[in-house]
Amino acid sequence: MTSADFSIILPELLLALFAMIALLAGVWTGKDKVARPILWATVAVMLVLAALIAVAGGASRTAFGGLFLDDAFARFAKVAVLLSAAAVLAMSVDYLTRRGLLRFEYPILIALAVVGMMMMVSAGDLMSLYLGLELQSLALYIVAALRRDSVKSTEAGLKYFVLGALSSGLLLYGASLTYGFAGTTEFAGILSVVREGEMPLGLMFGLVFLITGLAFKVSAVPFHMWTPDVYEGSPTPVTAFFATAPKIAAMALFARLVHDAFGTVPGDWGQVVAALAVASMFLGAIAAIGQKNIKRLMAYSSISHMGFALVGLAAGSALGVQAMLIYVAIYVAMNIGTFAFILSMERDGQPVTDISALNYYARREPLKALALLVLLFSLAGVPPMLGFFGKFAVLSAAVKAGYVWLAVLGVIASVIGAFYYIRIVYFMYFGTETDPLDRRMPAVQWVLFMGSAVVMLVGIVNLFGIEGAAGTAAAALVR
Amino acid sequence: MTAFAFTFYLFGVTAVIAGLMVVLARNPVHSVLWLILAFISSAGLFVLMGAEFVAMLLMIVYVGAVAVLFLFVVMMLDIDFAELKEDLLRHKLLGFLIGGVILGQLGFGFATWRTADAAGGLRMAPIEPGVTNTHALGMLLYDKYLLLFQVSGLVLLVAMIGAILLTIRHRRDVKRQDVLAQMYRDPAQAMELKDVKPGQGL
Repeated sequence: MTSADFSIILPELLLALFAMIALLAGVWTGKDKVARPILWATVAVMLVLAALIAVAGGASRTAFGGLFLDDAFARFAKVAVLLSAAAVLAMSVDYLTRRGLLRFEYPILIALAVVGMMMMVSAGDLMSLYLGLELQSLALYIVAALRRDSVKSTEAGLKYFVLGALSSGLLLYGASLTYGFAGTTEFAGILSVVREGEMPLGLMFGLVFLITGLAFKVSAVPFHMWTPDVYEGSPTPVTAFFATAPKIAAMALFARLVHDAFGTVPGDWGQVVAALAVASMFLGAIAAIGQKNIKRLMAYSSISHMGFALVGLAAGSALGVQAMLIYVAIYVAMNIGTFAFILSMERDGQPVTDISALNYYARREPLKALALLVLLFSLAGVPPMLGFFGKFAVLSAAVKAGYVWLAVLGVIASVIGAFYYIRIVYFMYFGTETDPLDRRMPAVQWVLFMGSAVVMLVGIVNLFGIEGAAGTAAAALVR
Repeated sequence: MTAFAFTFYLFGVTAVIAGLMVVLARNPVHSVLWLILAFISSAGLFVLMGAEFVAMLLMIVYVGAVAVLFLFVVMMLDIDFAELKEDLLRHKLLGFLIGGVILGQLGFGFATWRTADAAGGLRMAPIEPGVTNTHALGMLLYDKYLLLFQVSGLVLLVAMIGAILLTIRHRRDVKRQDVLAQMYRDPAQAMELKDVKPGQGL
C-alpha cells in the first residue's frame, strides 16, 4: 500500500471526500436551504473528475494488490457514468424544488452512488465488485423512496430493496462457489485456473449465480419484475437517474466480470448471456405496447435496450464489448433527452405521466414535438438517427462472432419495439384534441432535451469519436 | 469417537436443528431464541476450526446485539404472523417444487465438486505459523484490504444517511435541550421571590 495506490484511486477518493464534506456542510449550516448549492457543486465536481479521467490516459494499472484496476475500459465507463449523473442531477433541480423534494442529502447520495459505480467498473476482485455494487445499490434504494409521504414511492423503495437484497444474496453465493473452486477472489487468479473444456459443474453454478445477480442489476429478463414498478413509483428525476448511470456501470461490470475472470470460457457464459438478451429484447418490446404511463413505458424500453446491449456482450469478442459500450453510451444520451422532456410534462403545475396527454402536442409546440420525434425514432432504432448505429454495431458484432440467429431475433424484436415509440409520435401529430400541457420548461431541461435531439442527428457523422474510445476500452478488457 | 468429533457433531446437529426450528416455530419470539441457539452452536464450530476470534465476534455481535435487537423488534411490532404464514402456504406446492429442483441441482453440483489444481497455491490469506488469527485478521483488514475496509465504511455511512433521511421529522413543538443555557441558569433567573403578607394574598 503506497502513495501510488492512492493516486490511482484519486478520482474516487476525491468524490467520496467531497460527499462527506458536503454532508457536514449541509448538517452544520442551513440543511435543505443549502441543497441547491450542494447540488450544483456536486455537478461541478463530477464534470471536473470526468475531464480529469478523460485526459489521464496511460497504460493499465492495478492498485491495492489487484483489488482495483485502472485501464482504458474503466476510464471510458467512469467518464460516461460521471457525465450522465451530472446531467441528470442538473435537470432534476427544478422538478425537485417545485415538489419540495430537494433535500440536501439527495446530491450527496447520488455522489456516493457514483463512487460505488466507479468502484464497480474498476473492480479487479470479487470483493471489490460486491462492495462497489452494494454502495451503489444502497444509495439507489434510498433515493427511490425519497418521496416518503407517497405510498407508491415507498413501495418502490421497499420493493427495490427486498429484491435487490435477494439478488445480492445470489451474487454472493455465486462468488463463494467461484472462490471455492479457484481458491482466490481475484479476477486474474480465477482467469488463470479456469480452462476451456474442463468446467466443473460447481464452478458452472457459481458462474450462473454471478450472472443472475448481475442480470438483476441490469434488469434483464427474467429478473426484470421490479423495473416497471420502481420506475413508476420513484420520483421522476430518480427514475431518470436509474435509467442512465447505473445501467452503464452495471453493464460495464458485467463485461468486466465475464471477460476478466471467465475470459477463457466465452462459450459457457455466452449462451447464458444470449438467452438473457433474447428474453429481454422480446419482453421489453412486447410488454411496452400496452403501457399508458410513460415512466412504465420507459422501464420496458430500458429492459429491451439492455437486451440489445447484452447481445454485444454475448458475442464474446473485443468487437462485441466495443459495440456494447457504444450502444450503452448512445442509449444513455437518448434517455437523458427523453427524461428531460418527461420531467417537464405538466398540466396546471402538476406532473403528468399519461401518454395520452401528448395528443395534439405537435400543433401547439412544433419544435419540442420535433425534438421528441427525433429522440423516439432514435430509441426505436430508425435510421438515420444515432440509435440505429448503436443497434447496427451490436448486431454486426453478433453476426461476426457467429451468432447469426441472435442478430436475426434482435432485428425482429427491434421492429416490434418500434411500434410503441412510433405510437407516441402518432399521438403527437395525428392525435385528438385534449387538455394542453403547460408550455413551461426550465432552461437546463430545454438545453439537455434539444441538445440530446441534435446529438442524435449530428452524431451520425462520426459518433463524436466514441467509437475509437470504446475500441481502446474494449481492447484493454479483452486480451 | 474422539472428543473432537463428538463436539463437532454435537454443535453441528444443534446448529441444523436450531436453524430448522427458526423457520418452523409458530411463535416468532421462539424463532429468535432458536436463532440465538444456532449462532451459539456455529460459534462452537468456529472454535473447533481454530478461528476463536470469529467465534467471539459471533457471540458478541450476533448474539449480543443483533439477535437481541431482533427480539425487541419482534416483540414491539404487532404483526400477525399466522396470517403471513397462511399467505405463504398458499404457494406451498410451487415453493416445494422449485426448492426441490434447486436442491437437486445443487446436489449434482456438490457431488461432482472439485477445486482447481492450482487453488491451493492461490489461497488468499494463509495464516503464517506463529501468528494468532486475530493478528492475521488485523493485518488483512487494515493493510491488505484497507480499500475494502474503507468502502465498507462508506456503505455504512450511506445506510445511516438513508435511515435518517427516510424517518426524521423536524418538529417545532418539542422542547430541545440546551445544555449551556440550562447549566448557567441560577435561581435569580428561574424564580421570583414574593413576600406575601399574611392574610393579604398576592
